[in-house]
Amino acid sequence: MAEQRTLIVCDHVSKEFQTPEGVFKVIEDLNIKVKENEFLVLFGPGQCGKTTILNTFAGFEIPTSGEITVNGKKVTRPGSERGMVFQTTALFPWFKVMGNVEYGPKVRGESKAKRRERAQHYIDLVGLQGFENSYPIKLSGGMKQRVGIARAYCNEPLLLLMDEPFGHLDAQTRYLMQEELMRIWQQEKRTIIFVTNNIEEAVYLADRILVLSNCPTGVKAEYEINLPHPRQYTDPEFLRLRREINDVIDHTL
Amino acid sequence: MQDNSSVKVKVTNLTKSFGSLLVLDNLNFEVKNGEFLCIVGPTGCGKTTFLNTLTKLYEPTKGEILVNGVPVDPKKQNISYIFQEYSAFPWLTVKENVMWGLKIKDVSGKEATENTMEMLDIVGLTKFQDYYPNQISVSMLQRVVIARAFATKPELLLMDEPYGQLDIDLRFRLEDELLKLWEKTKTTVLFITHNIEEAVYLGQNIMVLTNKPTSVKTVIKNPLPLPRDAMAQEFVELREEVTELIKWW
Repeated sequence: MAEQRTLIVCDHVSKEFQTPEGVFKVIEDLNIKVKENEFLVLFGPGQCGKTTILNTFAGFEIPTSGEITVNGKKVTRPGSERGMVFQTTALFPWFKVMGNVEYGPKVRGESKAKRRERAQHYIDLVGLQGFENSYPIKLSGGMKQRVGIARAYCNEPLLLLMDEPFGHLDAQTRYLMQEELMRIWQQEKRTIIFVTNNIEEAVYLADRILVLSNCPTGVKAEYEINLPHPRQYTDPEFLRLRREINDVIDHTL
Repeated sequence: MQDNSSVKVKVTNLTKSFGSLLVLDNLNFEVKNGEFLCIVGPTGCGKTTFLNTLTKLYEPTKGEILVNGVPVDPKKQNISYIFQEYSAFPWLTVKENVMWGLKIKDVSGKEATENTMEMLDIVGLTKFQDYYPNQISVSMLQRVVIARAFATKPELLLMDEPYGQLDIDLRFRLEDELLKLWEKTKTTVLFITHNIEEAVYLGQNIMVLTNKPTSVKTVIKNPLPLPRDAMAQEFVELREEVTELIKWW
């Protein structure tokens, strides 16, 4: 098999914010490389700066120093080649499921027939056929996040960023959505950077896990996860990895 | 004849519907004095509705709930409830929050202060007694709520997924703390959770509910001694057994 090429480079990135108490450093000299179609999980304690990292990848925040490149192109602002699935789902409540999923192509001026066809494809992929004309308020938490995933996929981005997308779901729905995301990703592979503070989720999904340190955050440890899919939460090797990685992480502040 | 003196809670033919929606369908079971019972079931099966009938937030449509042999009444019996959401009062300090439960139970003066300080010591918050909720972390907040619940020395403690949103490490630590408090106070605990691993870690018995309309599917005994090891083979087997019983995903 050919070696996967490096798609994303995060090179000596630091990020500081000005506060009334002075400079607050959130990210310190972060170096990450992500291969094409890799599923990378950033695992860190609460408030360690995980969302700030994703926001710099997305172009919502600009690094104080260092740079991020996607496919060789420097990230300076948000762009459709980078899609985001938000923690809070952030769907447009006044659009139906179809309107939400086709939103990206629509603002880029794609013809209705073309974007509808593509949106339908991704609605089917995430298992929401039949709900095209439902408003978000009618959907359960898991279904809303399926819409979020379809909307991000529909832009056909090079990089998908996922910010604790299952954090608000109950434990059982969360297992279901983890299985679903794995199915979707294996059906249509993308490069994914997935942020979580849930170790089970990290070990279940990741090709590779980067353990982040407390603020100012950097990479503390790295694990390649070679267990075959679908993974079992109670498999002895799964449980061993869960404990090993959990022992490395800093405690939440 | 059965010895009824050791039965803390007796639920008979408990049924609850909202209009035409039947949520609880003829529940029957008993909880022994000092028992730690975990209640698990599929998402949306009506677990919270069940707790809410126990606290009289809802009147049952049919059937009855007896505590110590008399109909449940939180005004007479000492029942504490820990909610899914963090429910510390933002305008009270840590110490005032813990003391609040005692106050409404008309415990005051020296006894209230002593109980409060003892609880703060057990959950490790003595140093933070004068902080307000917005000055402390989520895990500390949840400890405040647990200390508040235990401070009144309740005869029955109801917990509705108190650790649902916490990461695994913190969850295990708070669960250990809860078990310590339970062993010390011999309170009867009903603990509702979505998380099977948590149920097997905590419960002496695990009651499995069916999908809506909810009834009792089965009660599984958990013979594993405390403290439990979530990686031990017997633990994993029990976890898988319970998971199979509720799996809908």
